[in-house]
Amino acid sequence: MKKKTNFHMPSKYVLLFVTLFCAALIFLTYSVDKVSGPIRTVANYTIIPMQKGLNQIGLWIEDRGNYFVDLNATLEENARLQEELEELKVTNSEILLKRSEYERMQELLELKDEYSDYETVGAKVINKGAENWFNTFIINKGSEDGIEKDMNVITKGGLVGIVITVGPDWAQVRSIIDDSSSVSSMMLSSSDPCFIRGDLKLLNEGEIRFEQLENNENEIAEGEQVVTSNTSEKFLPGFLVGYVTDISVDANNLTRSGTVTPAVDFKQLQEVLVVKTLKKQIDIE
Amino acid sequence: MLRKIITFLLVTVCFVLQSTVFNSLALASISPNLLIVLTSSFGFMRGKKTGLFVGFLCGLYLDVFSGTFIGFYALIYMYLGYINGFFNKIFFDDDIKLPMVLITLSELLYGVIIYFCLFFPRGRFDFMYYLVNIIVPEVIYTVIITIFLYQIIRWIHRKLVAHERRRESKFV
Repeated sequence: MKKKTNFHMPSKYVLLFVTLFCAALIFLTYSVDKVSGPIRTVANYTIIPMQKGLNQIGLWIEDRGNYFVDLNATLEENARLQEELEELKVTNSEILLKRSEYERMQELLELKDEYSDYETVGAKVINKGAENWFNTFIINKGSEDGIEKDMNVITKGGLVGIVITVGPDWAQVRSIIDDSSSVSSMMLSSSDPCFIRGDLKLLNEGEIRFEQLENNENEIAEGEQVVTSNTSEKFLPGFLVGYVTDISVDANNLTRSGTVTPAVDFKQLQEVLVVKTLKKQIDIE
Repeated sequence: MLRKIITFLLVTVCFVLQSTVFNSLALASISPNLLIVLTSSFGFMRGKKTGLFVGFLCGLYLDVFSGTFIGFYALIYMYLGYINGFFNKIFFDDDIKLPMVLITLSELLYGVIIYFCLFFPRGRFDFMYYLVNIIVPEVIYTVIITIFLYQIIRWIHRKLVAHERRRESKFV
C-alpha cells in the first residue's frame, strides 16, 4: 500500500527545472557574485566543522604511514645532525656577529626592509580539495579574521598561492601549482620578467612551468631563483617561487621557457601564512 | 523523510571524507571520487529523480569548496545521476556487475566531461595524457573503493526499504 501523493512531477521536468536553476547560478556567479555569499555562510556551519575534525584523522594516518618508513632514516639522520649541530653552533656565533654589523650598516644607509613588515596571519589547511584536476585547498581562517580575496598565501619557504573565495570562517586558496594558476614573476639575477604557470602534467614530478622569458644575453643557470615581480597585479613582489631546473629556447627564438621546482613542499602543506597586505594597497601608496 | 535525512548525511560524510582523509590516502596524487559512486548508486537504486537530487547535492558541495562557478559541478553530477536512473529498471539488488559497470562508466564520462569543459578550452590539447594519467587512474581507484563503499550504500538502502515497509504496513 502506497501513500497517495497529491502532486507528482515527472522526472524530466524536475531535470529541466534544476538545469535552469544551475544555469542561473552559473550565470549569477559569473556576472555578479551575489549567490555564493549565502551558500558559503551555510557551508560555514555544516561542512567546515566536520572537516576540521576529520582532517586531523587524515593527518594522523599520514603520520603513521611516514612513521615506520622514517624511523630508521631518522636515527641515522639524527647522528649526522648532531655532528652538524656542533659545527653550526660555531658558524652561528660568527653569523650573529656579522648580523649585528649588518644591522648597523643598514641603519647607516637608512635602508628599510620592505618585506619584513607585511602583516601576516597563520592558518591551518583543513581540506586539500576534493578534485584530482585542480589544486585548491581550504584554510581555517575567513572574513572574520580579516581575510580578503586576492590575499597572498606564503610559508616560510616561499609563495604558496592566492585566496580566491572567502567564507566567514574559511577561505579557499589556489596554489601556484594549480593548472589554472599564473604568476607574474622574474629571474632574481637578471630581473627579466616571466610567467609561472601550474601544469597538471608536471605535477607528479613536483614541478611547475615558466614561460615567456625573453631570450636575451642574460644567462640563466639551473638553480636560479624565481621571485614574484613588481608588475604582478595580485602578487606582492619579492616572494620566492622556486628554482629553475630546466631551460630551453622556444621555437619562436624570442622567448625561453622551462621548469621550476617550487620552493614550497605542497604535499606536506599544513600551516600557511596569509599576508594581510594587498597588492592594490601598496600600489596606491 | 528519514530517507532524505540519511541520504543528505551520507553525501555530506562522503564529501568530507573525500576532501580530508582520502586526500591523504592519494596514490600518485590521485584520490578516488566517492561522490560519483554515491550519485551513480542512488541513480540506479532509486531512479532518476533521486539520482538527480543526490547528484545536485554532491555537485553543489564541490562547487562551493573547489569550484569557481557555483552550479557547474552541480549540473554535471545531476545529469550523471539522472542518466544512471534509466538503469533502475534493470537493476537487481543482488547483482554487483551492473553497479560496477555503471559506476565505472559514470566515472569515465565525468573525467572526459571535466577535461573538455575545463582543460580543453585553455589550450591543453593532449587528451591522451590526461586520459592515461588522470582519468583512468581515478577510475581504477574509485572502482576499488566502490567494492567496499557500495556494500555500505546497499546495506543502508536495504535497511531503509525494510523500515519503510514496516511503516507502511502499520498504516494499513
